[in-house]
Amino acid sequence: MATPNAQQSEIRYLNPVTVDVRKKKYCRFKKAGIKYVDYKDPEFLKKFLNEQGKILPRRLTGTSQKFQKKVAQAVKRARHLAILPFVTDLMK
Amino acid sequence: MNNYETVFIATPVLSDQQLEELIGKFRGVITENGGQIVNEEAWGLKKLAYPIQKKTTGYYFLLEFTGEGSIVETLETQYRRDERVIRFLTFRQDKYAVEYSEKRRNKLANKSAEKKEE
Repeated sequence: MATPNAQQSEIRYLNPVTVDVRKKKYCRFKKAGIKYVDYKDPEFLKKFLNEQGKILPRRLTGTSQKFQKKVAQAVKRARHLAILPFVTDLMK
Repeated sequence: MNNYETVFIATPVLSDQQLEELIGKFRGVITENGGQIVNEEAWGLKKLAYPIQKKTTGYYFLLEFTGEGSIVETLETQYRRDERVIRFLTFRQDKYAVEYSEKRRNKLANKSAEKKEE
């Protein structure tokens, strides 16, 4: 008679399911309802740059593709106008 | 009639009178070609994030205007001809950008209003 836990363990995974979802990433633009990323205020854009001044990938910031493109365009405009540097060390 | 936003950086070696004449010239270019200036901001002397033409500071000017697309071409040729302007950027505002700039303008307006009251 298959005991209940036997049924559960019928499904054998090759490797144990790793459950390490620490923090559900969310797109801060959707949550905050921001529609336009302004290239004129560097403080906000710096949240999306790392120390060298490079744009952070979506997998780290969790932003959706639509807003990642807006952020990238805003950062590139800010760099063109020398509001943000292209490369730097210790930006923060 | 689209909304445009243009920012240009002038060399820091100019005197105030030359600066005023420079911005007046670009204001004229826009109004002559049927454009209408919505907003104008002078950010003054700011430090550049990297040296442009061996200069580390520059005068920033922001102009927001509405008009036809052809204005942008004439404006940009004027920018390229004028050697006092070391960098410029012009782009068309989509509807979210227009909303954002209005909100920003009101914020700046009542902030300066508060300053006057103090």
